[in-house]
Amino acid sequence: MSSAAVVIIAILTLAAALAAATLQKLMHATLSFAVALVGVAGLFFLLGAEFVGLVLVFVYIGAVAVLIVFTILLTRRDVGKERAANWGGAFLAVAVFGGLTWAILKTQSVAVVAPHIRLVTVKRIGEALMTSYVWPLQCVGLLLTAALIGALVLVMEEKP
Amino acid sequence: MTPTLQLFLVISAALFSIGLLAALSRRHAIFILIGIEMMLAAANLNFVAFWRFGPQTQPPIGVMIAIFSIAIAAAEAAVGLALVIAVYRHYRTTNVDHLNQLKG
Amino acid sequence: MSKWVDQIFVYTKHWLLTWLTAAPGWIIQTVSSLINIFALLGVFLTLFAVMSVLERKILGRIQNRYGPNRVGPFGLLQPVADGIKMLIKEDIVPARADKLVHFMAPILIAAAAILALGVIPYGRNMTPFTIDGGILFFFAVGSTTELAVFMAGWGSNNKFSMLGAMRAIAQMISYELPLIITVLPVVMVVGSLTPDRIVAAQAEYTFGFVPRWFVFTPWGTTAFILFFVSGLVESNRTPFDVPEGESEIVAGHMTEYSGFKYATFFMAEYIGMFAITGLAATLFLGGWHSPVSALEFVPSYVWFFAKLSALLFVYIWLRGTLPRTRIDQIMNFAWKFILPMSFTCVIAAAVWHYAGRGLRGWLWSLVVIAIVYTALSMLLDTQRKFAPRVYRFAE
Repeated sequence: MSSAAVVIIAILTLAAALAAATLQKLMHATLSFAVALVGVAGLFFLLGAEFVGLVLVFVYIGAVAVLIVFTILLTRRDVGKERAANWGGAFLAVAVFGGLTWAILKTQSVAVVAPHIRLVTVKRIGEALMTSYVWPLQCVGLLLTAALIGALVLVMEEKP
Repeated sequence: MTPTLQLFLVISAALFSIGLLAALSRRHAIFILIGIEMMLAAANLNFVAFWRFGPQTQPPIGVMIAIFSIAIAAAEAAVGLALVIAVYRHYRTTNVDHLNQLKG
Repeated sequence: MSKWVDQIFVYTKHWLLTWLTAAPGWIIQTVSSLINIFALLGVFLTLFAVMSVLERKILGRIQNRYGPNRVGPFGLLQPVADGIKMLIKEDIVPARADKLVHFMAPILIAAAAILALGVIPYGRNMTPFTIDGGILFFFAVGSTTELAVFMAGWGSNNKFSMLGAMRAIAQMISYELPLIITVLPVVMVVGSLTPDRIVAAQAEYTFGFVPRWFVFTPWGTTAFILFFVSGLVESNRTPFDVPEGESEIVAGHMTEYSGFKYATFFMAEYIGMFAITGLAATLFLGGWHSPVSALEFVPSYVWFFAKLSALLFVYIWLRGTLPRTRIDQIMNFAWKFILPMSFTCVIAAAVWHYAGRGLRGWLWSLVVIAIVYTALSMLLDTQRKFAPRVYRFAE
């Protein structure tokens, strides 16, 4: 893991994220959002958590981005003009970023170098999911089922 | 040269702020959802970075939390987009400024 | 001798890398990856060219006509002529199209298809890209295709493109679920997401002559058939080529593409087909293992490509014989039949494992699949009677 690779991927990710936040057309913003998430997955790869990176690409590009795109098409007649730039939000975002960066750079205990090569194998994640994380896993399953049914009920055509 | 934890934390803070910018300054409901998803991704990045730089644990807690949070983010996106469609059917708009019927 | 022939490509690569022993580590790594990439592209682009001409020839045989036979001996140089034609065509971009999205779509779709090829083991020690979660990588990369198809449809700003893209995404999402769930039993039984391990688990022979491929277990056969059908839909082939049904919506999401961009789409479709069939061979047909122990002297990659070609022949055969299905039929089939059956495969694999992986497990898992299959076919039977078909001539 070299700094150069991290910085290059981070710049790409942040540029795509900024594009997603500021582009006027919804479709372009969604596609840049997908690019930004691929960048985040790349950072996960560099951190040695390959499985999380793959799951991120799988869930976000394969499901969430496609879902957003479908929603845009279903609500397409809504081409209302965006109001002029909202400076309050921008100011708040910059303030939050400044505050967080200041706090991170001030804290000496996070200026550490990674201990050694550490890879988490899929096998170990599977074992953890089936032993110490069984209850969270079941709860997530229940949550996903509830979300599925809820989303269906929400968009079901109302009978007159 | 190997990167420090600080670098990752700054990246994640920047991503979070961009997500915040999208969520606060846009008027379109889908943009706000995209902003929220970006903030969640930044939080996941933090979890994995702390796992990588922190002491060895068994099981790998940071990774597990990131996986669960991705699953929950997927559910959130599904419900959020269903809400957007339901609102659009009702009001013929997805601009959150126009949804002010509950305002006194 | 046979070991030497088997490993010739691996040895060649090592020999090429000995020229670089003095170079720093990252250069060696990069060169090694580049060798893999060029080998992969060379093999599969050649296979694409051969496949495109063979498909037309076989289709010609099926339909009782000749097929291409003018360019070169037996028409074998047809792909060269096609390639030159595609290259010198004008590249038209519609005036109202979204230029960037329109341009990026073919690149993304080809990149996704080629990346997916990287994790398949083509022979002993011949996996281009070894990664812990190889199967997950395959599907994660494959899911990018949906977005690329959508970009092509939306970026063209044409109603036929949009309709085709919507149809393509609808059927790809519906069939990606069974595609992944039918892989689950194999992953469960092997206990690994790495393709190399999955191939290694199918190495032995039962009674000394039946290879221990997963396709020879009841759950494996069912999962293989379901995987094959889902793969057929994923690669948009007949009988499931609704997204680009020529007689309905011109060419679907590819309507507004011409020249080399169209060729890229075409290539991506074929390479995606190779990837899916390659994964099917890896998961269920024993990868590069030989079917008979007496034939193990034949190099491993020959066996892999023989299996790949056999599956590809079935693709062509189906294209030549089956008519196109309707979109609602495809959807009903996915959600009402294929999805429950693929869940049944998971259960049957678990039953097979807990009944001892022997003859008893074999019979029990067969019972589970037979019960669910009978119940589903009774439930889904529409009881519709078809009127006798009468042929009448115009008076």
